[in-house]
Amino acid sequence: MSAAEERHGAPPFFKGSCEKVFLRRFAGHMRDRKQGIGVAEIAVHGSAMEQAGSHDRTRALNAFRLGDKAFYWTTRICAILVLLLLGGIIVSLIVGAWPAIVQFGSAFLTTQRWAPSAEPPVLGALSPLYGTILTSVIAMAIAIPVGIGIAVFLTELCPLWARRPIGMAIELLAGIPSIIYGMWGFFILGPFLANTVQPFFIDLFAGVPVLGSIFGGPPSYLSLFNASLILAIMVLPFITAISRDVFATVPPVLKEAAYGVGCTTWEVVRHVVLPYTRVGVIGGVMLALGRALGETMAVTFIIGNSFRISPSIFAPGTTISAAIASEFAESDGLHQSSLMLLGLLLFVLTFFVLAAARLMLLRLEKKAGKQA
Amino acid sequence: MNPIYAARRGRDIVVRALCFAAAAFGVTWLALILFTLFYNGLAGMSWQLFTQNTPPPGASEGGLVNAIVGSVIMTVIGVGVGAPIGLFAGTYLAEYGRHDRLSPVIRFINDILLSAPSIIIGLFIYGAVVVPMRGFSALAGSLALAVIVIPVVVRTTEDMLMLVPNSLREAASALGLPRSLVIKRIAYRAARAGLITGVLLATARVAGETAPLLFTALSNQFFSVDLTNTIANLPVTINNFVQSPYVYWKQLAWSGALLITLAVLALNIGARLIGSERTAK
Repeated sequence: MSAAEERHGAPPFFKGSCEKVFLRRFAGHMRDRKQGIGVAEIAVHGSAMEQAGSHDRTRALNAFRLGDKAFYWTTRICAILVLLLLGGIIVSLIVGAWPAIVQFGSAFLTTQRWAPSAEPPVLGALSPLYGTILTSVIAMAIAIPVGIGIAVFLTELCPLWARRPIGMAIELLAGIPSIIYGMWGFFILGPFLANTVQPFFIDLFAGVPVLGSIFGGPPSYLSLFNASLILAIMVLPFITAISRDVFATVPPVLKEAAYGVGCTTWEVVRHVVLPYTRVGVIGGVMLALGRALGETMAVTFIIGNSFRISPSIFAPGTTISAAIASEFAESDGLHQSSLMLLGLLLFVLTFFVLAAARLMLLRLEKKAGKQA
Repeated sequence: MNPIYAARRGRDIVVRALCFAAAAFGVTWLALILFTLFYNGLAGMSWQLFTQNTPPPGASEGGLVNAIVGSVIMTVIGVGVGAPIGLFAGTYLAEYGRHDRLSPVIRFINDILLSAPSIIIGLFIYGAVVVPMRGFSALAGSLALAVIVIPVVVRTTEDMLMLVPNSLREAASALGLPRSLVIKRIAYRAARAGLITGVLLATARVAGETAPLLFTALSNQFFSVDLTNTIANLPVTINNFVQSPYVYWKQLAWSGALLITLAVLALNIGARLIGSERTAK
């Protein structure tokens, strides 16, 4: 018997001669309570018991003990497998990326040029890194206020009958596969933005020193801005769902007290709900950021896969995941190794963001646990 | 009216309006995406879709049957491999490892894996399966999907088993039921609806996954059920067809997208119904 089992006390095995009578009586009791599980019948007619014959107690108990051990170790090994998965991911990425690490070293991070077919190949991560971070930041800038706004609407303002359908609709948004967002952005959103929204901003900021170049250039179907907007729509449901859940943890008494002294809805949200749930909301936002950083299919179609860094957000660009998705299958040698290294960078980046998010949410859970 | 009061009321009205606008914004996107998806997808719906293979470039007839079959095969294998592992690992966390020092670590790592970028999973399987096997294969694609399934099922399993009242376990233990049977016959039964919900949600999650398949299963223009060879599948087929210059391919991409979305939404709604049935009881 393992140490863990001992600590929790493995269940006692059958003792005494009248256990069958007792079990039957207990079975009746369970049925009366409509538990509908029939513990006792299982124990009596359990396969191990039957195989061994009910008179042969030792063999039955051994069979039980063996089954217990086998099941315990099956679950434990599967649990450890989860750890090994993470280890495997890290090891295989490092092994795959090793040639590129040796070849380029830290220059990989600061080189903008991406020329896999040059002789010798010059490959740098600056452009995909820039694209990944910029699209995620813009996406979060759009999605955070809107996502929290929807959560406030759902918890404070929405009439009760509409809460479930609207909440459902937002959650279904989260279920739509990312390739659908990608092709929708490619066919519908891209052309729409290039024909209406982009020219508007370009005209608006033409001639203004800094903004003019950020919002400059010709409108484009494929651009960092389009990718950011699609990302924003994708992560919106995550932010809303988590915000709504943590808003629900605010004790009604606090809110009622604030309303009681005459606060408006906005003041209650601003001074009671948000301060109370701050950690949880930030955790949710970080979780969404982790998603945005690693999102692949929604971005690949509409970002344009250009490795040139342009000051304009209406110009095509690329992200780490888009670069891997569009080039990996046809790559080899140092090119493939560099893509692996990009993947490793992305994994490290998302790992830290997600770890921070989880730690924050964990802290909130502990706090809630203490109060309960 | 008192000016301070008026200002507070004004601010409140503005914020309420903004929140309402935000909700309208979110719902509008969903409506727009679903509308265009149905509009373009339904136009290409026909029996051909389910009886013919994907057409060669430039052809103007063909279906998606090889891609549909391939997707179903890989999803089934992926869930078939991933769900039991996730179920057992979740069981360990909820039943055996409650006071274990290992459990918080596993839980934390699992949560990271849960949101890890799926393209990274693809790279992992490429390095761990495709390279040693010397070739893209349906098996590699299935394993990539399995790796995505595991953390989802671990999480839901643990959560659902935690909801089972301890008095049930104690009653069973008091009868002398061995620990493994307490879990299998009591805890699993009490949490059954939740466990099924978790598996369904995981299936919905992988049914539309594209990124990890791009360089594990690749794609195939022909009908194939050979697990050691490349296999056609809906997501990668859509990916290839969307960016093609052929009108008919684009049409097929829309139809395929509609099929995937319907399947995923059906799984999601099914999971929710099963889940809420239990809470209603």
